[in-house]
Amino acid sequence: MRMISLLLILITSFFFTGIIIRTKSILSGRKGPGIMQPMKDIIRSLRIGSVYSKTTSFIFQLAPTVYIATILMAILFIPFGNQRGVLSFNGDFVFFAYTLALGKFFMIIASLDTGSSFEGMGASREALYSMLVEPAFFIIMGSFSLLTGFTSFVDIFSAMHFGSYVTYGLGALAAFVFAIIALIENSRMPVDDPKTHLELTMIHEVMILDNSGYDLGLILYGTNLKFAMYGALIANFFHTPGYEWYYSIPIFFGVQLAFAVTVGVVESFSARFRMNHNPQFILMFTSISLLIFLGVLLLTGKII
Amino acid sequence: MSVAFLISTLLFILLISLVHPGKKGMVAVAGIIVNSVMSSWIAVAALSGNAFSQVLNGGPVFGDIAIRLDSISAWFILVTNFTMLMGILYGRQYLRHHPARSADMSMHYISYLLNHAALTGIYFIQNMLAFLCAWEIMAITAFILVIFEHARMETLKAGINYLIQSHISIILLTLGFIWVYTSTGSFDFEAIRTYCLSAGKEAALLLFLVFFVGFGIKAGFVPFHTWLPHAHPAAPSHVSGIMSGILIKAGIYGILRLLLLMPENHLAMGYFILAVSVITGLYGVILAIVQHNIKKLLAYHSIENIGIIGIGMGIGTIGVGLGSPFMAFAGYAGAMLHVLNHALFKSLLFYSAGNVYNALHTLVIDRMGGLIRNMPRTALFFLIASLAICGLPPFNGFISEFLIYSGLLSAIGSSHTASVIILAVIALALIGGLALLCFTKAFGIIFLGTARHVQHAEIREENNATLFPMALTAILIIFIGLLPQLFISVLRRPVELFMNMPDLEGMRVSAQIMQQISIAVWGLVLLIAILWLLRKAIASRQVTVGPTWGCAYTTDSPKLQYTASSFVRSYAKIIKPLTITKKSKDEVLGIIPKPLHTETHFHDKLESGLVDWPTRNLRGFLGRFKFLQNGSVQFYVLYGVVFIAISIAVPLIINAVRNLAHILKHL
Repeated sequence: MRMISLLLILITSFFFTGIIIRTKSILSGRKGPGIMQPMKDIIRSLRIGSVYSKTTSFIFQLAPTVYIATILMAILFIPFGNQRGVLSFNGDFVFFAYTLALGKFFMIIASLDTGSSFEGMGASREALYSMLVEPAFFIIMGSFSLLTGFTSFVDIFSAMHFGSYVTYGLGALAAFVFAIIALIENSRMPVDDPKTHLELTMIHEVMILDNSGYDLGLILYGTNLKFAMYGALIANFFHTPGYEWYYSIPIFFGVQLAFAVTVGVVESFSARFRMNHNPQFILMFTSISLLIFLGVLLLTGKII
Repeated sequence: MSVAFLISTLLFILLISLVHPGKKGMVAVAGIIVNSVMSSWIAVAALSGNAFSQVLNGGPVFGDIAIRLDSISAWFILVTNFTMLMGILYGRQYLRHHPARSADMSMHYISYLLNHAALTGIYFIQNMLAFLCAWEIMAITAFILVIFEHARMETLKAGINYLIQSHISIILLTLGFIWVYTSTGSFDFEAIRTYCLSAGKEAALLLFLVFFVGFGIKAGFVPFHTWLPHAHPAAPSHVSGIMSGILIKAGIYGILRLLLLMPENHLAMGYFILAVSVITGLYGVILAIVQHNIKKLLAYHSIENIGIIGIGMGIGTIGVGLGSPFMAFAGYAGAMLHVLNHALFKSLLFYSAGNVYNALHTLVIDRMGGLIRNMPRTALFFLIASLAICGLPPFNGFISEFLIYSGLLSAIGSSHTASVIILAVIALALIGGLALLCFTKAFGIIFLGTARHVQHAEIREENNATLFPMALTAILIIFIGLLPQLFISVLRRPVELFMNMPDLEGMRVSAQIMQQISIAVWGLVLLIAILWLLRKAIASRQVTVGPTWGCAYTTDSPKLQYTASSFVRSYAKIIKPLTITKKSKDEVLGIIPKPLHTETHFHDKLESGLVDWPTRNLRGFLGRFKFLQNGSVQFYVLYGVVFIAISIAVPLIINAVRNLAHILKHL
């Protein structure tokens, strides 16, 4: 039963970007590709040959594998309702965050490995933004561990619900912050525009300019997985008291669908920020998560 | 045993000065090994429960010198011995590139040996006076080690800067010891406990602060950190490695020993240490990122890691104060494990930087690039150490940081100051993120891409003898990362001392978590391996090699690459208020402009405020008396005569005045 969240996330990951693209095409009145198109692209990438830059070393070839491995590893920690993930222990969300950071470290040095001016640009931005986003995640998880007295994903999520209506409010706020974190981590609008064609304004896309073939396929699939992973995390805020599977599974897919559609809508109707506004935007979410923390302090009466 | 230790040290010192210059290194290695084996023998026994205790007769001056080794000292002894041994093995090879006079070599190796002996002494001796002597020997020998390349002015300057600051530390320690001695009449460390019990909470806290600043200067807590970023780049790489790895840990040891002797005020001390450490950790890493000099960058990272260790100590002390066994265990165990971890990865980083320096003869990151092709093994070691220092699994840095996180999280749940603790959590998370930014920059710019500067000589990998100690260190880094549960059980005894009771609860919980972490870490490694094999099996063999994508610009130009400065440019803008940035830029003039230069330097704002400004003013004031130092001997003789005259005349005059007063009174 511990595999259930892994399975559900894997299933979601096949459709997630497809739904985003479909939403965008509907909203802009285009016919657009089918929902499975991104997955087909990835499978094609996995099978074709690769081109490597002559400046690159083994780091460049190793990085995509490490990247996808760390995302899969992180997914193993995600619970499903009161059902533990494959791995679960006290403080597992620290492991979760640091594992993802390992993948990021490799992607950044891989892009520096090419010796390209563009990719250094992306690497620099990726490193900066992921640094800025880190505290928000830890504040939220820290607040919930204060609220519930537990320190692992599954215990926090199963103890957090149904205390009072305020916890639902906090949960919704946290779900919002998590959604934004997912957008930043996946370099989507409004922080980064995956469809831009100017290298100077890209973050994630510019980092992987030199990746091709199998490696590119892995990286693209990594984005899908990451989206599905954060979606699953968000879904955990909305389960029913009894965790009946006939409610939980539809809720899970419903949340994922809503998340994907939201991403599509945001991308259809907003423009990308100027690069130097991004840090402010990201720090804003640190302050929202501090708001959650203050709420928890008020609830538990631990405010000094 | 103590006598044998002293004799062997003296013997090897004599031997070093006598043998042929080429053999001095060998003798020093032998000396370190012999001394290490002796102290490790006792230390291992102490860690398994048989504490060592002895009293030496120090004559009329010292009185009875208590030599005691409990499990805390034992842990530090083992860390020191390993790092020192690797340091000398590496240093012997490193110095081949830096031919020096025979006397300099002797001086260097003797100082190294003495430094090791003094450090061992610091961990063994529990007599204040003897402790201060050992401390002073350690400071002075470290100074000699730093100024190995004393022909260079900046090296000498950095060395003297270090010497002065470490003596401020010694003055404060002396002050603290005198304070305790005058009220208890005993030089034994236990007197601190007796004093604190009798003197009351406020006095004890004040005494703690005096000692904390004294030890804090050695450890490099902000704002007492300013000597570190100067001394480390000036010293030879193996010396930077051991200084950063274990010398500054002597300060940590001092604070831990003090915490052990302080019977009260745990909460106040804990919060104080936590606050200072959070600032230290953040400040260190914030400034590390903008450094262009690789060793200076690493020096600032030492400050950051001292902050992490301090956060662990702080949370441990709060845990003792609150009576929470898990918090205390996680905090102290995290701090002490991080002492070892930092000693390992930081020395490895310095050794790698040393290899790079020997190959390129520069420490400026922006002049490097593409070294992974010429020096693949050095690059691999640097990568491992970078991942470890960023606290990423599956390496050792993650384990200690995770323990500290666990302590902090349990503190959030169980204390009434969650809002203070959460700041420490944010700080630790930010430190992690910033370290990632810093080391992707360092590794990426130094080892990846293509050379940013024309190299005239061919760059070659160091020989195996140089790489051997590095490999051993790297293996230990990975070992701790993969099997942390072993180290938790070793750390049980030292941590129990702090809690003052046999602690099963904290240890059991931590060991359980570590077991899980170990499984997760193995899982991660396995997953990477499986996916790598899968890649080999699935990925198309059809591989083309071409130039890096350049947006239709296909000529290779290393100049187009990102540099270290451009990599952190947007970051540098954000932290502008925290640093002093000096930028000089040439203007483009004429139709065919000359080569242009632009330079950016970042300065430590705290240093300029707390060290440079007072020094400048003091020098301005003292400069008024410069006329006294005019260089002619006649005047100096005159000063001598005037001094003697005054010293004779003043008592006479006082006497005369007194007599006069006496007479006047009788009138």
